[in-house]
Amino acid sequence: MKYDVVLIGGGLSSLVCGISLQRTGKRCLMVSGGQNALHFSSGAFGLLGFRPDGSAVERPLEELDKLPANHPYRKVGAAKMHEYVNRVKPFFASCGVMLDGDPERNSWRLTPTGTVRPSWLAMSDVTLYEDSVVSIGRKALIANIAGYLDFNTAFLAEGLEKAGVTCRLEAVALPEFERLRTSASEMRSVNIARVMDHDQVWKKFVEQVCVLLRDEDVVVLPEVFGLQDEHVLEQIRECIPARVVFVGTMAPSVPGIRCQSALKTAFEQAGGEFLMGDEVISSEMDGERVLSVRTANLGDTVLEADHFVLATGGFFGRGLQATAEAVSEPVFGLDVDAPEERTQWYNPDFFAPQPYTRFGVHTSENLRAMKAGKEMENVYVIGSELGGADALCEGSGAGIAVMTGFKAAEMING
Amino acid sequence: MNDHKFEQCIKCTICTAYCPVVAVNPLYPGPKQAGPDGERFRIKNKFFFDENLKYCMNCKRCEVACPSGVNIADIIHSARMRYGHQKPNLRDMILASTDLMGVMARPVAPVVNAVAGSKAGKWAMDTFLGVDQHRTFPKYQFKGFVGWFKREMEASQASYPRQIAFFHGCSTEYQHPEVGKAFVQVMNALGFGVQLLDEECCGVAMISNAMWKQAKQHARHNVAAFEKAVDAGLPVVTTASTCTFTMRDEYPHILGVDNAKVRSSIVLVEKFIHDLVDKGKVKLVFRKDYKARMAYHIPCHMEKLGWSIFTKNLLQMIPGADLTVLGSGCCGIAGTYGFKKENYAYSQAIGQPVFDEIARVNPEFVVSECDTCKWQIEMSTGYAVKNPILILSEALDLEATAKANCVNG
Repeated sequence: MKYDVVLIGGGLSSLVCGISLQRTGKRCLMVSGGQNALHFSSGAFGLLGFRPDGSAVERPLEELDKLPANHPYRKVGAAKMHEYVNRVKPFFASCGVMLDGDPERNSWRLTPTGTVRPSWLAMSDVTLYEDSVVSIGRKALIANIAGYLDFNTAFLAEGLEKAGVTCRLEAVALPEFERLRTSASEMRSVNIARVMDHDQVWKKFVEQVCVLLRDEDVVVLPEVFGLQDEHVLEQIRECIPARVVFVGTMAPSVPGIRCQSALKTAFEQAGGEFLMGDEVISSEMDGERVLSVRTANLGDTVLEADHFVLATGGFFGRGLQATAEAVSEPVFGLDVDAPEERTQWYNPDFFAPQPYTRFGVHTSENLRAMKAGKEMENVYVIGSELGGADALCEGSGAGIAVMTGFKAAEMING
Repeated sequence: MNDHKFEQCIKCTICTAYCPVVAVNPLYPGPKQAGPDGERFRIKNKFFFDENLKYCMNCKRCEVACPSGVNIADIIHSARMRYGHQKPNLRDMILASTDLMGVMARPVAPVVNAVAGSKAGKWAMDTFLGVDQHRTFPKYQFKGFVGWFKREMEASQASYPRQIAFFHGCSTEYQHPEVGKAFVQVMNALGFGVQLLDEECCGVAMISNAMWKQAKQHARHNVAAFEKAVDAGLPVVTTASTCTFTMRDEYPHILGVDNAKVRSSIVLVEKFIHDLVDKGKVKLVFRKDYKARMAYHIPCHMEKLGWSIFTKNLLQMIPGADLTVLGSGCCGIAGTYGFKKENYAYSQAIGQPVFDEIARVNPEFVVSECDTCKWQIEMSTGYAVKNPILILSEALDLEATAKANCVNG
């Protein structure tokens, strides 16, 4: 089978790149080895939240030239970064995902530990604050669903109290959720969200919250609403006479799944083909060109393409593999930016920045992969498969995915 | 370490988000708990085995969603086999013995159909057997596929330049011989002679109903028959997605029957034809007057095989086909699962989003490679469901196709 572009990986970067390409007339096929890291999303995207010294960034675009030369943003380039940041909200809106926030200036959001963290753009679940010393509120009612353990209200309250917010914890018990408790292990965000998706259930829950509400000016709820339809979030905010703040739960992430589903649908509606639960197992190359790949499921059916995009997601997505001897890229055997000496891969202090988080495929300045020291002509690397960034410490994971996804699409379109 | 890679599980719970059973049945512990989490305990002590694992439909959606490559449903069903005490009752044995029931029902098909379709018959099956009375049974055919093939087609097959072996499966033989007939017509037009195999039921329903011994016997029998065919240079071509998936993957993964020599030769007809067209080895000539608005329901096991792309591409080659691909969802039947009284309500609840979408799309008919999906969707929506090979046989100008492939009919 012949395509214009085969994208390997089905997460945020691949979907952004694939939708962009498919909408500009390229025939795309996406191969995804299962679901992706959007399922761990907080509901907010980060572009660049922190400097290496840990201080918070206010305007990410002003920090670009301070980043190391091999950072993905340096490869995208300052001019393109300025252009792309303003393209993100309309792009996601066209896929049915409404994002809040100023694309050129960071805001703040409340985390599950009751602290605030810089955020760039966020889905409708997340409340963005303009500054860090914020007025989250005076008094907060933290309302959980009885029996739900993946939303740690005590943690949240502890953090909020430190910031001067008086907290009261309540759990709402509804008969609709009692059946979920039959299997305690299944009292999970998505299972709750599926029940909450029924209008009469979330309305009943909200009614109960309103009954519990005394003089609090903030109500904190877990992100378990609007799995199918994000408009429910707005309706909930309207129903409760206090400021409603949704906070992330343990995985899987309800806003993340909603976003993934919307992007996959947008890709398929544009005509893209998505192979879920499959993986590339071999490739045919001619010099610095990849001619075709084969997948585990399709067997002897060969997938040819003019361009290949590698978005396999680093260690977590199995896009990088480490043995006791070496770090490698399993799909094409590309060069990896990682020291040879194993002791330099990690820092024995668990909470210190870890060198391995910066490992990734070595690329040229224009995101083309390097193999045996030579630049591949038609293989582009995007998202967390790229080296040079510590997405966790920087708060840059989603930003890198989206920016490099746009960039690779533009490179391919020429 | 373990074949099913349970130690690769990172506890992300993504599988649970895509499990259709968890969404409706609180008794089911969910794929993560039933699979890798439970396995950790079970290998220490079989006491930790939970009989509620039987609620797993084996749809494999957890495995398709898993980012870590864990064979979750394989872990669950291997555990059922290894530690389970579930013994199939009479109802389970009847439901699972699809071929035996076919053989017995055929001579008296009109009577069986009338009884199974009557209120009294349904009440009796519900009351005495535990087969839900709301369920519509597929009709047994008086005349099967194999009889027709031997009478009318077998003699001419050797004249075709290329040959394939056809695994027709139980429902083609006993309920839907038209699928087999369409298969033979299309393959002949493409220049392939069809040979039958000494086949037995693939055994998938036996796996679901804990008839492990019988399932293994069937698996061994079929693999031996396939080895013979493959040694003779014949690929084993099929029309049913679940049989195909079972024979390729469940034989080695769950039953421990080695099919390594034949696995890659067992192929659904949609992939088989698609790859031939793709390589320019056959030509399809379609009728100019064929027009149909169809909606493709991708069966769970097609999702797991990853082969819906072939069916989509083939159907899109038909100039008069207006194809809608339905959203990915389980219809809820899962073979014999939805026939059981205790599962009926769950089964219909699982399938409801699929039924709703079909009603919204309102096609002339639905397309599906799976016959139990067909029964479920026809019963629950009233829309007819056709196997893609049937659609191809209707849309192709068979004579012109034969000519284009230099077949002298």
